[in-house]
Amino acid sequence: MNDRFASTALPSRRSMLLAGLGTALSVPFLSACAGFDTSGAAAGQGTVGFLSTQFTPVEEKQRYEQVLKKFVRVPVAYNSVDPGVFASTVKSQAAAGNIRTSLLGGLHGELAPLAGSLEAVDSILTDLSGRGFTKEMLELTKAGGSASKYVPWMQATYVVAVNKKALEWLPSGVDVNDLSYEDYLAWAKAAKQGAGRPVFGMPAGPKGLHHRFYQGFLLPSFTGGQITTFRSPDAVAAWTYMQELWDNMAPASTNYDAMQEPLSRGEVLVAWDHVARLVNAPADNPDDWLMVPAPRGPKGRGYMLIIAGLALPTGGRDRDLAEQVIRGLSEPLTQVETLRQNAFFPVVQTELPTDLAGAVALEAAAVRRQQRSAGALLALPPVGLGTKEGEVSQVFKNCFQEICLNNEGIQPVLDRQATELNTILKTLNVPCWAPDPVSAKCEVA
Amino acid sequence: MTVQAPAAPTKATVRAPRRRVPAAVWLIGPSVIFMILLLGWPVVEGVLQAFQDENGFTLDFVTRMVQDPYFWPAVRNTLLLIVVMIPIQFAFAIGMALLLRANPRLHKVHFFVWAIPLALSDLAAGLVWLSIFNDRGYLNSVLAWLGLEGSSWLAYDNQTTMFICVLIAELWRATSLVLVIVVAGLQGIPKDYDEAAQVFGATFWQRLRHVTLPLLKPSLQVALILRTILAFQTFAVAQALTGQNFPLVVGETYRWYTGLQNPNVAAALALVILVVSMLTSIFYLRALREKNQGGTR
Amino acid sequence: MTETTVDTAPLKRQKRNRVLLQLSCIAISLFMLIPIYLISLAALSTRESLNRFPLSLLPTSFSFETLAAFLGSTGVFGALGNSLIVGVGTLLLSAVIGVPAGYALARFAFPGKEPYQLFLLFTRALPIVVLSVPLARLFLTVDIYDTTYGVILLHTALALPTTILISASVFLGVPQDVEEAARVFGCSPLGAFMRVVMPMALPGIAAASIFTFVMSWNEVLGASILTLDHRTLPAQVLTSLADSPLAYRFAGGFALVIPSIIFIALMRRYLTNMWGSTIR
Repeated sequence: MNDRFASTALPSRRSMLLAGLGTALSVPFLSACAGFDTSGAAAGQGTVGFLSTQFTPVEEKQRYEQVLKKFVRVPVAYNSVDPGVFASTVKSQAAAGNIRTSLLGGLHGELAPLAGSLEAVDSILTDLSGRGFTKEMLELTKAGGSASKYVPWMQATYVVAVNKKALEWLPSGVDVNDLSYEDYLAWAKAAKQGAGRPVFGMPAGPKGLHHRFYQGFLLPSFTGGQITTFRSPDAVAAWTYMQELWDNMAPASTNYDAMQEPLSRGEVLVAWDHVARLVNAPADNPDDWLMVPAPRGPKGRGYMLIIAGLALPTGGRDRDLAEQVIRGLSEPLTQVETLRQNAFFPVVQTELPTDLAGAVALEAAAVRRQQRSAGALLALPPVGLGTKEGEVSQVFKNCFQEICLNNEGIQPVLDRQATELNTILKTLNVPCWAPDPVSAKCEVA
Repeated sequence: MTVQAPAAPTKATVRAPRRRVPAAVWLIGPSVIFMILLLGWPVVEGVLQAFQDENGFTLDFVTRMVQDPYFWPAVRNTLLLIVVMIPIQFAFAIGMALLLRANPRLHKVHFFVWAIPLALSDLAAGLVWLSIFNDRGYLNSVLAWLGLEGSSWLAYDNQTTMFICVLIAELWRATSLVLVIVVAGLQGIPKDYDEAAQVFGATFWQRLRHVTLPLLKPSLQVALILRTILAFQTFAVAQALTGQNFPLVVGETYRWYTGLQNPNVAAALALVILVVSMLTSIFYLRALREKNQGGTR
Repeated sequence: MTETTVDTAPLKRQKRNRVLLQLSCIAISLFMLIPIYLISLAALSTRESLNRFPLSLLPTSFSFETLAAFLGSTGVFGALGNSLIVGVGTLLLSAVIGVPAGYALARFAFPGKEPYQLFLLFTRALPIVVLSVPLARLFLTVDIYDTTYGVILLHTALALPTTILISASVFLGVPQDVEEAARVFGCSPLGAFMRVVMPMALPGIAAASIFTFVMSWNEVLGASILTLDHRTLPAQVLTSLADSPLAYRFAGGFALVIPSIIFIALMRRYLTNMWGSTIR
């Protein structure tokens, strides 16, 4: 169209240029029919199409492609997308009955809502039982049903990253590796005063994981539970604490998705976040940094584990090859290599090597301390919520919004959000998960 | 209007009115068929989700949407942003187009520069402005070089500066869209009219009001409709700058669909945007109709 | 300038206006360019220099490290090819379907004209995210999922409202008597359209094609839900950028902008082809 009108109507130098451009650009259009391959799937038959939400950043993806190449004998086309596209892709392929992927990888919270489109993997888990997946982990993989829907792939937790500059304001007599929540607050206050601006931060941006802080750290440490104690007096104490802590945090925190950036910019000196979202902060100068366990509260040191899993879409392609990839990825050697490259921890029983690179070594030490410290209290991400996973997380985010940002009364907010939470939980009728007692039915008391 | 008015009677004699309807159908048909084939089913399927659960018709999702703490702030922000932004943007774009028409030195270079923001995706635009406005960004750096104290422009408790930052970024990003349409429209207006009016002693404002703007009406109408509809659709800049502190309705749609995995409430939110956009478009179509419609019959 | 006997005030005023004109143009250009300058600066800086405060406003530490890492990632060149295919394909298809419709909208009175315009806008007014699953299902069913054809079709649907409405607004400005004169001199309707109307409407078509190409070039969501192994450039890299360190995001943003800037530079000539040339 373009070149046609141009050549008949306005035969000038410009139109020649346009016509030339049109022709030049139509050449690839005609030659490459369906488009160029962008994931390495062109290798042809026998390439496992691996769709994942993990390792989307360019560098991480490149490193993971190397891991796959080195440790898995099957050619894999690794395609990383954001969670929204991941869910849409899996759902639409299942609905159309035309599955174009062979292997799916995602966090527990991303896979659980898709459980209906995933194949049971109990037989694979039985074969791999020697690898030493923990009981809690295996319980999680059932995503609320009776059969396991994914094989644990990697795990991670959350720790606190500390720029050594902030140590000068650490209250005297406090061990930075064994902070209590009171110490943490006193430190934040002293640092704010000393630095002239708040230097503690948290990932409260739209893609930040701060809800995990309330679900897995703050509330378990203060109340010993996550759901059942949601509006107990202990929970009010926890949120009162949170309100005060927030007053001493950088207000720009509501913009932070991953803390490694404000940390490495020096905008923030101390922050809690997911290990994979902290690892780049000390990357260049690990000697200036510490990684320490999350604080402990009256009921113990609550901490949350995040599990990523590998799943097979029902009716997926190259099933056997995909299984082979799963087996390859759960080899201890592959797991350790993943830790080295991308800071996700092994899910299988294995000794961590002693020669880890700076940032990862710091994290590994902090994670070990956190899990082995006295009073460690494991909290799981919500189990069996399926598609409601996101809405439950939203309840915790709303509490933060209303209590800390809007300064509303704590008890009324908790009562209102508890009703919301119970409405969601009632329709699901699932048992509670750690640290709440596993009762017949989970609801806010 | 002066351009089309004399043509109308001639047209009636040259072409028989009966032939026109089929011609129009031939020209318009492909676009209608294309759109229906491609989007018809997905739209029906997508929109119905707002009112359907396993048990059939329900208004639960609409209630859910309205009760969400972010809903009303999102509606307020969206309307506020559009009501403030669109007039400023149009004043700028028309002004810029007139500046270009006055033939300044290097006007080709200027025009190119002013069109550049079109090339940026809204994600990239959000990134650039975040690097300017964030606490340790370029703006505070400049202030620091000048020995001045910076400010937390984007802090959640600083609603005014937050709004202004979003406004500046959106003005920067999307004014070129209006500008390009207006410039394309100005091409069709011979300068003679303007010069004639000038000879008769009309002031600049009189010429603008009575000659240029009326002739530009078709372009302005299209620009208004497109810009408003697109303004309801974009949130990447606001989200990059303010996170969840300045929620917009379309951002909420994305949050419900991808984050909360609840396509039903997302569809209800999408319907809100659809209805408001369509009402605004109808308003623009009617309000700016009378005269140019006369020219085209 | 002391010996003034004639009134030079109008002359002075004109001169002052010229200066004001130049100054305002320069001011606007600066406002438009500064963010572009900053993104290029950040894209070509080292990672550490982006973490300093206050940030340097002059290029002090050049580095192609982040840009190179970005360009070296899997599939970037394939994705670039796909983006070009999709962009040009969308441009052609939406022009073929859209320009005639725009002409009809400008020239003919027909019943249902307003509903037709609203129908066009309808598709643009609905956030397409809520169509993700049904749309991908449709494409999977007719088996054009994961091809550039599918993306071209979707992008054309998204671009048609702009193409049709903008071209209509421009055809309105083309005097009808010119076209009729051509008919009187023996042109066929198509001939009159091609030889007379089209050249005069070229700026509008150019504007519409800029929007189409740029929209297609920057569109992420549709392209990422409709493809898997044959992604366009934004679908391939923008997801990866969201979680990447700042320096990479700048490098990616910078690299993505360049092709659309070149495209605008090429089309700009047609947009302003009338000032001081054909019609004065």
